[in-house]
Amino acid sequence: MRFVDEYRDPDAAARYAQALHRITTRRWTLMEICGGQTHAIMKFGVDELLPPQVTLVHGPGCPVCVTPLELVEKALEIAARPGVVFCSFGDMLRVPGRERDLRSVKAAGGDVRIVYSPLDALLLARKHPDREVVFFAVGFETTAPANAMAVHQAARAGVANFSILVSHVLVPPAMEAILSSPANRVQGFLAAGHVCTVMGYTEYEPLARKHRVPIVVTGFEPLDILQGVFMCVRQLEEGRAEVENQYARAVRREGNAAAQRLVAEVFRVVPRKWRGVGDIPQSGLALSERYRDFDAELRFGVADLVADEPAECISGLILQGLETPHGCGAFGTRCTPERPLGATMVSNEGACAAYYRYRRVRLERDPAGSSVRGA
Amino acid sequence: MDFSGAVKAVNLCCVPEAQVGDYVLVHVGFALQTVDEAEAKQVFEYLRQLGDLAELEESGPS
Repeated sequence: MRFVDEYRDPDAAARYAQALHRITTRRWTLMEICGGQTHAIMKFGVDELLPPQVTLVHGPGCPVCVTPLELVEKALEIAARPGVVFCSFGDMLRVPGRERDLRSVKAAGGDVRIVYSPLDALLLARKHPDREVVFFAVGFETTAPANAMAVHQAARAGVANFSILVSHVLVPPAMEAILSSPANRVQGFLAAGHVCTVMGYTEYEPLARKHRVPIVVTGFEPLDILQGVFMCVRQLEEGRAEVENQYARAVRREGNAAAQRLVAEVFRVVPRKWRGVGDIPQSGLALSERYRDFDAELRFGVADLVADEPAECISGLILQGLETPHGCGAFGTRCTPERPLGATMVSNEGACAAYYRYRRVRLERDPAGSSVRGA
Repeated sequence: MDFSGAVKAVNLCCVPEAQVGDYVLVHVGFALQTVDEAEAKQVFEYLRQLGDLAELEESGPS
């Protein structure tokens, strides 16, 4: 497909890798924010092309992974009720709750459906006025405009049997939390391209200044990621800490103003709990006062439900770039995509799932970085 | 919207400038931005400049 294939050109990738080797003189640790980027890095072996001094750690940008257990429990509670059609993106169905997941609710007779878009869930609500149709609105800034549009359209058309269970999170407060942690080892960021497509990148400029950290808005194809790493390392080597845009074909500095207006009308910024990480101030979205009738938590009376995280999963450390999946004793044995202990093994964007799929056997570069061997 | 043969309805409310024949970035049934054709070449232009720079360096101080 155009705008995809050409960004996977191996010759151009090799030339970017050479350029990166030329400019790298010191050890640097970069974090790619988005789980989509993590998967591209593992799938195409981008990390194998990097100089040995450059380490990529994987960030918290997997919405399914950071959805807290209590929201999963609320989803299970609502989905099990008679008369409810519970709609979700596919990867949320296998996320384990305390005792069950959405698949098991479906197996027990619940009407749980996978949809491609929140707008498809709204269509279902219009088709079944006698049923309560609930959409599990999980996502970052990228998904917020579509969810906002579904609610906006439901309000305008008076679709009273539609509601959403909101688990929306925002990237910049999570970056602030990572950078403020005493354990932080991230020296530069590849920011999530599609989040910036919506929001632009002006909100990253104070972060870059305050923490003296380069931030490069980066796309999702191998060449995008290599160029993003190159731009980030060049800033570090030159002692700069600026916001740069690698992904200009899809990201404008101001983002998409119409999408931002839509999100600001339907949602408001609230504190959110991130699975494995904890509470982060002003890091999420909830429905605004005007649209609270569409809030599934209120409609089904589950707002007060609380649940504690299980202790055995280290996904919190992985989501902050403090540990890798290979550092977990359960990885690939007691924890697999079929029987996951935590959300980072479930989602298509989770780091553990990426390692399980592409790096089940650890590959270690020799000191010269010229060959790989199993370990 | 035609995704290399798969056709799906997509909401275009936030990309009013999009014309028939344009490429748009779509996420969960919702168009987020039109793809900038000129900027799309930038990845390769940047690489070309890096190549020129490396050749200059290899040819020694001037």
